[in-house]
Amino acid sequence: MALTGTLDRPPHGAADPVVFVRETGEDRQLGLLVQGARCASCLAKIENGVSALPGVRQARMNLTTGKLSVAWRNHDVEPALIVEALARLGYPAVPFDPAEAVSREDAEGRRLAIALGVAGFGAANAMMFSVPVWAGLLHQEMGEGVRTLFYWLTALIAAPCALFAGTTFFQSAWASLRKGRANMDVPISIGVLLAIGVSLYETAIHGRHAYFDAAVSLLFLLLIGRYLDHVLRAKARSAARDLLAMQAATATRLTREGAMESVALRDVAVGDRLVILPGDRLPVDAEVEEGETELDVSLLTGETAPWRVGAGTSVQAGAINLTGRLVVRAVARSEDSAVAAIARLMEAGAQTKSHYVRLADRAAAIYVPAVHGVAALTFVGWMIAGLAFPDALMRAAAVLIITCPCALGLAAPAVQIVASGRLFRRGVLVKSGAALERLAEVDCVVFDKTGVLTFGRPALLHGDPDLVQRAAPLARASRHPLAKALASQAGPGAVADEVREVAGMGVEGLVDGREARLGRASFVGADNAADAETVLWFAIEGETPRRLCFSDDLRVDAAATVRALRARGLAVEVMSGDVAPAVRQVCEAAGIACFCAAMSPMEKAAAIDALVAAGHRPLMVGDGLNDAAALAKAHASMAPGAAAEASQTAADLVFQGEDLSVVVEAIDIARAARARVLENFGMAAIYNLVAAPAAVLGLVTPLIAALAMSSSSLIVTLNALRVGAGRRRA
Amino acid sequence: MTAMIFLIPISLGLAFVGLCGFLWTFRSGQYDDPKGDAERILYDHLDEGPPADG
Repeated sequence: MALTGTLDRPPHGAADPVVFVRETGEDRQLGLLVQGARCASCLAKIENGVSALPGVRQARMNLTTGKLSVAWRNHDVEPALIVEALARLGYPAVPFDPAEAVSREDAEGRRLAIALGVAGFGAANAMMFSVPVWAGLLHQEMGEGVRTLFYWLTALIAAPCALFAGTTFFQSAWASLRKGRANMDVPISIGVLLAIGVSLYETAIHGRHAYFDAAVSLLFLLLIGRYLDHVLRAKARSAARDLLAMQAATATRLTREGAMESVALRDVAVGDRLVILPGDRLPVDAEVEEGETELDVSLLTGETAPWRVGAGTSVQAGAINLTGRLVVRAVARSEDSAVAAIARLMEAGAQTKSHYVRLADRAAAIYVPAVHGVAALTFVGWMIAGLAFPDALMRAAAVLIITCPCALGLAAPAVQIVASGRLFRRGVLVKSGAALERLAEVDCVVFDKTGVLTFGRPALLHGDPDLVQRAAPLARASRHPLAKALASQAGPGAVADEVREVAGMGVEGLVDGREARLGRASFVGADNAADAETVLWFAIEGETPRRLCFSDDLRVDAAATVRALRARGLAVEVMSGDVAPAVRQVCEAAGIACFCAAMSPMEKAAAIDALVAAGHRPLMVGDGLNDAAALAKAHASMAPGAAAEASQTAADLVFQGEDLSVVVEAIDIARAARARVLENFGMAAIYNLVAAPAAVLGLVTPLIAALAMSSSSLIVTLNALRVGAGRRRA
Repeated sequence: MTAMIFLIPISLGLAFVGLCGFLWTFRSGQYDDPKGDAERILYDHLDEGPPADG
C-alpha cells in the first residue's frame, strides 16, 4: 500500500484522493464518502456514472453508510477524476481511509448480534419445554419422569446458549472485579451462572426448581438492550467520523526537483516545503517562504478578521489560506504542532471525565452489596431455622437469581437508546450514555461566539440588488469569505473573465467586457481611511467605487435560545477569543450580560476549571481549536458539525444544522432521560422489594421467576419510550 | 407420549435450521446495506441477487 503518489496537477481542495488509494497487487481501491445519495435513482446514477469512467472495473455504493467503493486495475485511473465525475453528477464526495472503516467497532457489533441470535434461539426453544412444564405444574398432570426429561432437554439447549451468549457479560464482570469494583454485569453474571448451576443440580436430583428458561431469556432481553445501544453508538460515532472525514487533510509537498506530490498528514516532516493553495488548511506549524495571502484564523483564535501574512511570518496549523498561493517550510510535525498543547489539555479533561460514575454504576454500587447481603442472610437464617444445608443454599440461590438485575440492567440503556435516537433525528450525535447523564446535570452554559452564537461566516448586511449582481461575477472567482458571502447572496451565475486574485487586496477581471475590481478600498481606488475588515469595495471601469458591508450574523434563534436556557434556570455566559467590541455587540444582540473577550485557549480552559472548582457544572458550547481544551474540561460539551476536528473529538455531543435551539432541546431530552432512568430504578427497586422476600421465604417457582423477570423488564422498556414525549410544550 | 420422540427432534431441528439461517445471512453480509438492498431490488439493472458467500 503506497501512501504517496505523484501529481501532474495541483489537487482540488484539501483532500487529495491519491493518498487514500489502496493497492493490492494490480488492484486499486478507493473509498469515497458520498453526500446526498438517497434513492435507487441516485444509486444508478452514481454507479453507472463512475463505472463508465475509462478503466474503472467496479463501483459499488452502500446506501446505508453513504460510502462508494471504486475498484480498478493498473494506473490508468486518476482518482481525482472520480471525485470530479461525482461532483458533476451532483454528489460531492470525499475520500476516506478504508483501513479505518473496518474497525474493531464492527467486530463488537457482530459478536453482539450473533450472541443475540443464539440467545433468541435458546430462549424460544427452552420455552417450548418450559411452557408444558408450567402447565403440568399448574394442573398436576405431568409426572416427575416427564418433567425431568423436559428439564434435561431444556438444559441441553439453554445451558450452552446461555454460556455462549453471556460471554460479553462474563468478560465485563471479570474485568470489573479485577479492578476491585462491581458493575451491573457482576450480579447479572452471578445470577445467570447460578441459575444454570442450581437448575442442573435440581434436574439431577429430580427437583422442581429449574430456571434454565429464565437464565437464557434474561440474557436475550439484556442483549437486545446491549445490541441496540451498540448500534446507536456505532451510528453516532461513524456519523461523527464522516464529519471529520469531510475535513480530511493531506498536504502537497514540493520535492527537490520542484515537482508536487501529495502526502498524508502524518508523513509531513520538519523542513518539508509545502504548497498551500487558496482554500487549503495549513497542515502543520510552518514559516512562510514565498507568497502573500490572508489567513482565516477564526478556528484557532475565534477572531473573524482575516490575517495578512507574507514571507517570514510564522503560521499555525489549522489556519485556512484564503487568497494567494503560499510556499511554507514545516517547522513541526503534525503531532507537535501548536495544537499539541491543546491536545494535552484535552487529554487531562478526558481523564477527569472518565472518573465520572454513571447512574447505573451508582445504582449497582448500592444494589450489589444489598442483594448479596440478603442472600447471605437468607442462607444463615434458614440454617438457624433448622432447614437442611442444600435447601438453605437453594433458597439463597433463588434470591440471587430472582434479583438478577434484568430490569436494572435495562433501566439506563433503554432510556439512553430512546433519547439518543430522538436527538439523532434532530441532528445531534451523542457520543456516549455518560455524556447524556452529564448533560442533564449542567447548571450553566458557556458559549463561544464565532461559529456558535454566530454562523461563523460573514453575510451581506444590505445592498443594492443591482450592485450585488454586477459584483457577483468577480466574487464567484474568489475564495475570500466576504466574496463567498456575496456570491451566495447573488446565487448562481456567470464568472468574470481573466480573473486575477491579488493576495491581501482583492480580485480583478473583466465583467461584460469592462475592467472591474472587488476588494479593499485602496485596491479599487476609493479613498476611505476607515477601511474596516468587513467591507468590500466594487469598482467598474468608468464608475465611482461603491461599498458593500458585511457582518458575521447572529444565529437566527440565538436570543430565543438564551431566553429558553434562562427559563430553565441555567446561567448563560460567553467566552470568546475575539476582540471585546465584536463580542459585546453579539452579546447585546443575544441578550447575554456576562462575557469575556480576547481569551486564549489556555485562559478558556482555566476559566472552565474555575467554574468547576466553584461547584458549577458548566456546559461548554464551542467550535474552534481554541475551545477544544475547554470542551474537554467542561462537565458536558457540545460542538457544531462545522467545528474543528479537535473540538468535535473533545465534545460529548455534536450538532448539525443552523439551529442553536437544539442545545435547549438536547438539555430537555437529557433531563427527561435522567427522570426516566430514575423512575426505572424505582420500579426495579419495587420489583425487588416484592420478589426478594418471596424468594427468601422459598415461595418462588420457576414460572413466577420467569413471569416476574420478563414483566419487570417490559415495564422498564415501555417507560423508556416516554422520553421526550412532552418536549414540544417547551 | 411416543409422538414426542419424533416431535421434539423435529422442532429442535427446525429451530436449529433457523439459527443457522440467521448466521448465514449475517456472514454473507445481508445486513451491510439494508437501505441500498431495499432500493436495488426494485430495478433489474441494480439487483444482483443474493450476495456470494464471504
